[in-house]
This record gives sequence, structure tokens and C-alpha cells, in this order.
Amino acid sequence: MAWTQISLDPIDPALMPERVDQEGCGAIVTFSGAVRSKSRGKDVLYLEYEAYKPLAEAELQRLVEEAEVKFGVRAAVQHRIGRVYPGESSILVAAASPHRAGAFDACRWIMDTIKTSVPIWKREHHKDGADWIEGDSAVPAVVLRPIL
Amino acid sequence: MIKATVLLFAHFADAAGSSKLEMDLNDSATVQVCSEQLIGKHPALADLLKIGRAAVNGEFAANDRILHDGDEVAFLPPVSGG
Repeated sequence: MAWTQISLDPIDPALMPERVDQEGCGAIVTFSGAVRSKSRGKDVLYLEYEAYKPLAEAELQRLVEEAEVKFGVRAAVQHRIGRVYPGESSILVAAASPHRAGAFDACRWIMDTIKTSVPIWKREHHKDGADWIEGDSAVPAVVLRPIL
Repeated sequence: MIKATVLLFAHFADAAGSSKLEMDLNDSATVQVCSEQLIGKHPALADLLKIGRAAVNGEFAANDRILHDGDEVAFLPPVSGG
């Protein structure tokens, strides 16, 4: 079964290859998504990720297992929630396969699919306020309710 | 009557002023009926709920899904994880 996790824990990229069974594999690709220091022309202080955790966990697990079958890889994903600062990793994807093409393709597909189907949202904090990012839209966060 | 717990996320929760509410619904109410009743209470959600998806008890659900007493109904804006 694929290893997936959604939690407040910081991501240690060094641990990720251990979470994927590499037996018989000649390629392991890891992708790290880091928080940008600028977004839509504004300096980002930090992001806060909110999740509908039971569904997000189930959906992430489902799509990673789908990727394993679709691309013939073994894969793992760690996604942070809560506060994440620029330069820190918010997500790490790892995929292992006999040859590199499957592992590269699986990492890309997993990232693209997470961004459209897993119920996780980010609130971008700037010095003048915050925006909820929802799909391709940024919506000002009028009240800064605690999200965790 | 049945009772359902409604969960709202991201700016849906900001618009309603709450991320969790209890609602009384008629027997055999659907997700659609629940969302209409919610908009009645929180008109700011009117244009929002139609751009999102719904889930019942932790699984994605269609608008015609019939609700039961104690169900948890979540309204989810377009996502932005990663």
C-alpha cells in the first residue's frame, strides 16, 4: 500500500525514498513543492493550509494508488497543513520505477491531480492581509479565523 | 425532521461566519435542499456554493444525494493544495 500523509509535521526530503519500495527499480524521482516568497506581486509572509482531513486523506491515498497502477510505479506523498513559510516544502512526492519515464510521469500526474481533487486550501498571508486561493482565484480573507 | 452537521471550508466559512453549523432539514432532504436552506440563512453563500463540490460523511456526493439524520455535509470550494 502506498504511503501518504497529511499532517502538521515538517517535511524531511531525506526520509522520502525510504517510504517507497525501490525493489527492482532503476529510477526514483522526488518532487518538492516549496512556498514562493512572492505571489501575485505580493511578498508572502507565510501560507496556512486548511484540509477537510478525512476526505483529503482518502482522496490522496486513492489517487496515489491510481498512479501506481497507471504508471507502473510505487509512490508516496507527504502534504503539510497548517503554517508553512517561504522556502519550506509544503509537499513531497516520490515515485520509483524500473525506468525513469514512469517515475517522472507519475510525479507530474500526482501533483496535477492533487491540485484539482484533494480538498486542501491555502490562505496566503501578506503584510496587508490575506487571500484564500481557490482554484485559479484569490479571494481576500476578510476575517482571519483560526483554521486549526 | 433530521439534523445534519454542515462543514464549510476556506472562504465559504468566512462568508457564513462559521465553519460548522447544525441544520434541521425535512425528511428525505437532499444535498441540494441543504445548500438552498443554508443560502437562506447565509445569503453571502449564494454565488459560492455552485462553484464548489459537496461531500457527505467524508465522501464526494452529488446534489441529489438523500441525507439522513446525523449526516455530515461538507461544502468544498475549488481546491488549492500542493
